[in-house]
Formats: sequence, structure tokens, C-alpha cells
Amino acid sequence: MKIPYYPGCTLKAQGLGFETSAIASAKAVDIEMMELQRWNCCGTVFSLASDDLMHYIAPIRNFIRVQEAGYDKVVTLCSMCYNTMKRANLLVKNDSEKLKTLNDFMYREEDYKGNVEIVHLLELLRDEIGFETISKKVIRKFNELKVAPYYGCMLTRPKEVGIDDWEEPQIMENLITALGAEVVDDPMRGECCGAYHTVNSKDLVAERTRMIVTSAKNRGADIIVLSCPLCEFNLGTRQKDTIEIYSDFSGIPVLYFTQLMALALGMGKEVCRFDLHYVDPRPLLIEKGIIEEGEEKNAR
Amino acid sequence: MPDKVKTKMIRVHIMGKEHLVPEGLTIMKAMEYAGYRFIRGAGCRAGFCGACGTVYRLKGDYKLYFELACQSAAIDGMSLTQLPFVPANKATYTVRLIKETGNPILKFYPEVARCVSCNTCTKACPQQLEVMDYIQAALKNDIEKAAKLSFDCIQCGLCAIRCPAEIAQYHVGQLARRVYGKFVKKSNQLNKRLNETNKGKFNSELDELMKMDKAAIKQKYTERDLESLAKKK
Repeated sequence: MKIPYYPGCTLKAQGLGFETSAIASAKAVDIEMMELQRWNCCGTVFSLASDDLMHYIAPIRNFIRVQEAGYDKVVTLCSMCYNTMKRANLLVKNDSEKLKTLNDFMYREEDYKGNVEIVHLLELLRDEIGFETISKKVIRKFNELKVAPYYGCMLTRPKEVGIDDWEEPQIMENLITALGAEVVDDPMRGECCGAYHTVNSKDLVAERTRMIVTSAKNRGADIIVLSCPLCEFNLGTRQKDTIEIYSDFSGIPVLYFTQLMALALGMGKEVCRFDLHYVDPRPLLIEKGIIEEGEEKNAR
Repeated sequence: MPDKVKTKMIRVHIMGKEHLVPEGLTIMKAMEYAGYRFIRGAGCRAGFCGACGTVYRLKGDYKLYFELACQSAAIDGMSLTQLPFVPANKATYTVRLIKETGNPILKFYPEVARCVSCNTCTKACPQQLEVMDYIQAALKNDIEKAAKLSFDCIQCGLCAIRCPAEIAQYHVGQLARRVYGKFVKKSNQLNKRLNETNKGKFNSELDELMKMDKAAIKQKYTERDLESLAKKK
């Protein structure tokens, strides 16, 4: 299937490996993700003030781009973009007056008709391709690699935009199983990573990171997988600050679910960009016999 | 008796004061006709320097319009003011020290991330640039696109005065073009010319000029032949 793809800003910079591994893995299971033309920032966070229409312009303009391209569906990867755009979409679908105000303001664009749907890649994999089909395409063995899925806030909350049950999500667990890795059941998978507090309160985030990463590690996880560049930064890069505050802390690699998928489907070195992660997963992957020594040198 | 050519006069409101000016003048000429003398707000008078940014409304139209006073005709019933200068902080950077990693634009202009994609900057651009698109390109680290979309910017600053996110777009575009020139597109011609210069290709001509007195230089300048220079190319 062909589908327009909305990347989001971070996937073009720090989260590069998320995008490249996703596009390659999706292609391997017959999803062609075509980058949307002239997309803009998603709005970064959904504004909760009901009269704050200014902050809904960005997401709605992106839906106009999808509409212009002649599609009624768009796929995204970043949990934050997914959440912001889905909620803005829902808001205007249920409030024609607000939609009209926004359309009037964007008079240079064609009117958004409210008929575009935004889906997360995980949903496409589950609903359109099926985890069973994916498991048949697995080439690489994970040799009992233990993986803790981490949802954070944005994939499952609020209920009306969640890609799965907000209390007991299974979508990432099922994907990890289909890919041949072992799922680690971790109660911290839906906790907040500290989000934007990372800018002003590193300590607060370090505390969250210690709690979430230690919980996964104590339950035997070798790695954590997630779907959000901000969560990746907080749980991954902030491990450096966490160790400085909590001397007994020791971390584990944090990867995007698409990197795990790319590895399983026989790719990796060329699409995963492990070099962009603060906690380098390559020594672990070599130790587990998942990638070969020297293989990672071509990662870039 | 021969008919007198009668010039049609139009009404323009310059900073709230009504003036009758002949039809067909540029906004700049109309202002001068009305008695204004430009100390600021006029430069090249050819649409390149960006000094004469002008904001106006038309009778019975809520929309705000933006033009360069030297490039746009005065319209009957228009109400205008000039914005010869826009206060905006320009980041201090040394281009040769800028690193390619991460997003160099966000480093110097983090406020770019405040863009709400309202497109007001684009509407304010007298050069008809897709300003929002180049700001968004800068935000997503697409330096090449930001540089190319902003290429025709004349730095008038009207975008920056309209932006609800308080971004100084024209400075951002300039940085994007500089970073593009440094990292993304290395110019072969530039390297070639630098090599020639270093090897002393132009030294003799420069030495000759340095030896001349003022009068001789003046004469050389007046007698310069632009057309044959153009033909040499």
C-alpha cells in the first residue's frame, strides 16, 4: 500500500534513525511511505485552551496538504506529532464552527473538509498488514533479546485518540513478539518521561529516567523500545545526567521500535543510525550475536 | 487651442494625512510629490535594498498589504505608512566555526520553534516569498530548502514585524544561506577563483592601480568601458 507520511521536525535531525529505519521496515512489509509535500511543524503540543485556535493552524494545515495530495489518510511515527495532530483533527471534526474560523483564516489554502485520518505506523502494522504477516518476514534471530516496550503518554492518552487500550496496551508487545524478541512486562511503560521539563528541570527528568529505566532493567530488559524522540532523549541521553545524580544508576540502550523491526527484517547497519544514540546499543547487539562485530562500522 | 493633457489626481492618505497626487506615481514618488523628503526609507530605488518597506490598506478592504514604496504604484484611496526599519536581534556567529551537526539554525534562533504555521509572514512579503515554508524548512533542518526559498529576500523585515511568534525570519533566512554555502553546496567556481587569486593572477593589475595618482584613477574610472567588459565575458 501507498500512504502519505508526515515525518515531523525531530525525525529530520536527532531522530534520523527513527525515520530511516521506519521507511525501510515499512517497505519490507509492503507499505510505501511517501513524504508529504510542504508539511510544517505539527504544533508540537495540543493546546488545551478551547479558544486557542492559533495553535491548531499548524496541524490543520498539514491535513490540507494531505487533502491536496488526494489522500484521506496519513501515517506518522513520532508519538507527539501523532497525538497533537489527531486531537486537533478530532476537535475540528466535531466543531464545524472552529473549522470554519480556521479555514477562513487560512484563506490562501483550500478549505479543510475534515475527511483526513491520521494513523500511527504501529496501527498500520497491526490493522493493515497484521503481525502474523510481519513475523513471516523475520530473517534475523534475536537470541532471547529481552525488550521492554515503553508507551509514555502520547500513544494511548487520552482514550479517544489512543492507538490501544490506555491501561493495558498490547500493540508494541505483540509487535515485539512477532519480531521474535522476548517481551518484558513493565508497569512503568505508561509513565511520563518528564517531557519538556527536560529543558528547565534536568533533575526532574533524571528522577523519571532512573525510575523508568531501572524498572525495566530490574525486570530483565536488555533494551527499551519506544516511539517518541522526546522520550528517547529523556530516557536515553538523560541517562548521562541520571548517573551524575544517582551514582548507583546504570542504564540500558533505548531504541525506536522501528530499529528493532529493521534488525528483525534483516536490515540494520545502513538504516538504524545507532551512532545517534547516547547509550550505544551496538556492544549489546554484538554480544547477543544479533549483529556482527565490524558490521556497525558501516552504520553511517 | 490645443487640449491640455490633464493628469488625473488620486487621493492617498500618508500617515493619516490626505494628499492629492498624480496617478501613476510609485508610492515613493507620490510621497515626495506630497512633500516628504527621504532621509531614511529610501535606498536604491530599484527594488533591491529593502529600505522602503510600506504597509497599506485600501478603501473598504480589511486586508493589510505590503509593498516596496519604490516598486509599487500609489492607488486611489490607499492609506499607508512606511516601515523603514524593523528592530530585530541578529545572532552573532562566526560562520567558519558553525558546526554541521544538529540544527545550526535552532542553535542561533531557537525561537524558530515557536512558529505556529499561521503564514502571516508569507502574506507580508513584498517579494512574494514563501516565508513560512522557509522557516519550516529551517525548523526541520532542511538547510538547502531554507536557503533556496529565501534566496530573493531583500531583508526589509516586514515578515518579522508581523510574526505572532516573534521570529526574525529574514535573519534566519540569511543564516540558512550562509550555512548552505558552507556545508551543503560547495562552490567549485569559488575554489577556482580563490586558487587563481592565491597564485597572484590579479596582482599585476592591482599593483598598477596602486601606483596611479588620484587624477589618473578618476580618469580611468570615467573612461571605463562597461560594454566591452560585458562582451569579454
